[in-house]
Amino acid sequence: MNFRLRIWRQPNAKTTGKVVHYDVRDISPNTSFLEMLDILNQNLLERGEEPIAFDSDCREGICGTCSLTINGEAHGPDHPGAVCELYMRKFRDGATIVIEPFRVGSFPIVKDLVIDRSALDRIVQAGGFISARAGSAPEANSIPIPKYDADLAMEAAACIGCGACAAACPNGSAMLFTSAKVSHLALLPHGQPERESRVLKMVQAMDAAGFGNCTNTYECEAVCPAEISVGFIAKLNREYARARLRQNIGK
Amino acid sequence: MIGTLDAKIPHGLLNQKWCSHRDHLRLVSPNNRRKFEIIVVGSGLAGASAAATLGELGYRVRCICFQDSPRRAHSVAAQGGINAAKNYQNDGDSIYRLFYDTIKGGDFRSREANVYRLAEVSNQIIDQCVEQGVPFAREYGGLLANRSFGGAQVSRTFYARGQTGQQLLLGCYQALCRQIAAGTLRMFPHTEMLDLVIVDGQAKGLITRSLRSGKIERHASDAVVLATGGYGNVYYLSTNARGSNVTATYRAYKRGALFANPCFTQIHPTCIPVSGEHQSKLTLMSESLRNDGRVWVPKRNVDRDKPPGEISEADRDYYLERKYPSYGNLSPRDISSRAAKEVCDEGLGVGPGGRGVYLDFADAIKRLGEETIRERYGNLFEVYEKITGENAYKVPMRIYPAVHYTMGGLWVDYNLMSNVPGLFVIGEANFSDHGANRLGASALMQGLADGYFILPYTLPNYLAGQMGKRPSADSPEFQQAEREVRTRIKKLLEVDGKRSLDAIHRELGHLLWEKCGMSRHAKGLQEALTKIPELREEFWRNVRVLGKDEDYNQSLERAGRVADFLEFAELMCIDALARNESCGAHFRQEYQTPEGEALRDDENHAAVFAWEFKGDGEPPKLHCEPLHFETVHLTQRSYK
Repeated sequence: MNFRLRIWRQPNAKTTGKVVHYDVRDISPNTSFLEMLDILNQNLLERGEEPIAFDSDCREGICGTCSLTINGEAHGPDHPGAVCELYMRKFRDGATIVIEPFRVGSFPIVKDLVIDRSALDRIVQAGGFISARAGSAPEANSIPIPKYDADLAMEAAACIGCGACAAACPNGSAMLFTSAKVSHLALLPHGQPERESRVLKMVQAMDAAGFGNCTNTYECEAVCPAEISVGFIAKLNREYARARLRQNIGK
Repeated sequence: MIGTLDAKIPHGLLNQKWCSHRDHLRLVSPNNRRKFEIIVVGSGLAGASAAATLGELGYRVRCICFQDSPRRAHSVAAQGGINAAKNYQNDGDSIYRLFYDTIKGGDFRSREANVYRLAEVSNQIIDQCVEQGVPFAREYGGLLANRSFGGAQVSRTFYARGQTGQQLLLGCYQALCRQIAAGTLRMFPHTEMLDLVIVDGQAKGLITRSLRSGKIERHASDAVVLATGGYGNVYYLSTNARGSNVTATYRAYKRGALFANPCFTQIHPTCIPVSGEHQSKLTLMSESLRNDGRVWVPKRNVDRDKPPGEISEADRDYYLERKYPSYGNLSPRDISSRAAKEVCDEGLGVGPGGRGVYLDFADAIKRLGEETIRERYGNLFEVYEKITGENAYKVPMRIYPAVHYTMGGLWVDYNLMSNVPGLFVIGEANFSDHGANRLGASALMQGLADGYFILPYTLPNYLAGQMGKRPSADSPEFQQAEREVRTRIKKLLEVDGKRSLDAIHRELGHLLWEKCGMSRHAKGLQEALTKIPELREEFWRNVRVLGKDEDYNQSLERAGRVADFLEFAELMCIDALARNESCGAHFRQEYQTPEGEALRDDENHAAVFAWEFKGDGEPPKLHCEPLHFETVHLTQRSYK
């Protein structure tokens, strides 16, 4: 298969970027999208041009490193799935493909297609954990957790932290990401002691990082490789309201 | 600096060693802990759990990882589960049984005391993870669920769908984040260790490079912990993440740490077969699939290209069930992998290139219904369909073995300290617990055991004598190490040859897969030992690395890793050639039983082979640590 590529190139955060045209030929339909970019980089190398920087690691959809916007869609057309799980058989032969980084104000561009997503780490650092010192845990089966709750917590916990939700959102909101962690921990009995402080701190960190808010367009859910439901955003709102109310009454 | 290899295994009864050892390890008092700086390299299960736990204890910790966030370390990709001897199923499990299965699974090439300790702390790991909020699978009554895994006759594996590694890693990552917030821990993401600094014979710091800016930095510390994972990517194609590499452990080896059993590499039986030259990595299908899938090939070569549904039961060879009736499809990894290679070598393999066998769920779907199978393995079936375009509910999966895990690693004593004082090695990066073959769901167990419950006891024992001995990062040893790192980077950029990194790495990988892969023989290994130096010479003469040093330069970072693989591959072959026996994953064709099983030589080879670097171009020196078995009786491993 042959493709015409339009790829965003930007030497660093301080320099303006631009779209550059490349052609790739004789690509097998069983090639993954990232392998197609590997092949292009090989060709560039042979021509003495600097390869295109793009991020990837596990290449099986779980580490959340890869982060491309393809033809305007975060992670490309094959949902649910990360870019690394996208195969060229999903494209028409001869197609033009536009490749950009995730475009979010809170994810500055490092180089070409590579972005800085440390804002997501800062949200977790603000409180996205259960304080359980190693060595202090009681016997694992001492607190039964209804299967329904455990399964729902797992659905939220499946988030791979790629940031596609924020990239797809017209408001650049990371609420799907934040809500997944808040919900995962709030659904479990072990997460109860810090339930209120956690949601308040995480939302504060999310706002401080410059992410927008949810206006129910649901683009995030549509592109999420881990199929995190927007129902968790509703839960985040409930958790937040509950925590604020209790905090105010407490005062 | 190296005398006899003393593993420092405590005396006493096997089941009391760890307990009494802990009672006598030296401690550091709480108000002194903040005076110690510890660097942890790697943020996977072992690294993140160790860094977080040391932070909780009050030490000042720096954790570095090459990923852009610690949450992306490759432990995240582990699918199946984590073992523990809880015996929740009431099926006869115990600490002893988990110990015995693990040491037998490793073909009696690991230390009894280490393995017993691993089994002992396994239960605490599950308690810890549940408390952190790891959403393990549960039964309707709300209690934890288990499943069975290869090499065991009990169900002792805890799991979170097919994403157990991800959930356990997020548990550690969140503990790590808590320590970052508490100010005990500083995280250096997108940073690579390029050298270990040794001052007065002790590991006292690192030279690192920021992958984002290219900036070289010196880090002085009181101790260094390597948790940098395995070296499976030496084969180019493996199930490891693209970034996984040997550089940290290999650099430590070149600074004097011994590398143990480098030829012990695990080939996982259930991966999606290679589809073409463009392929950049292989994808694992969790071993847990073998609980319900049946492995088979056609009995006759002529049926190979027929659609599987048209091959009648009588014409199928369920070869694992036939050869190993008591373990069947749940035979250990090395045995299952070799059996797959054998049937493909006989020309019975299916799919493109004839390198594949069927993993068939038809019987399980008939017995349990598609819904149950979807609930158990849904995400794995989706992954399979994405990659191959085939629906495994309708047609059997095609699988083939692929490089997955490396049992070899830096040599450590019972305290997880290498022969270089102050250098600790944990998780897959060390060699300690899996012998010549690792059982499924044991890697996650070992990573977390080392990080949460072993290193936090043994590291203070070293630190207690190190108060005030941290050198300045301006000392001559740091300056010298930095100079060497800069020279090497300059050299890589100056080659300016014609061949791409990928081409050279792929050639190395292919050579190793053929000569030092699922089965090896002396002649092949000798050939590899002639070819590897030629390839290395070509690399330094003809590789093309573009771009600048002080920049985000992905070619440069990969070039440094491939250069290390090109040296390390030689060490693997030397080790494989020196081990004149077959054991576990190391199958030397010259040494097999009449039935074609691995033939151990316990008389001469019940030992750890640890290699000392003697200089570039010099053969490494072999040190043996004999393995003493006081409790278990060495038997030929039988799964029949």
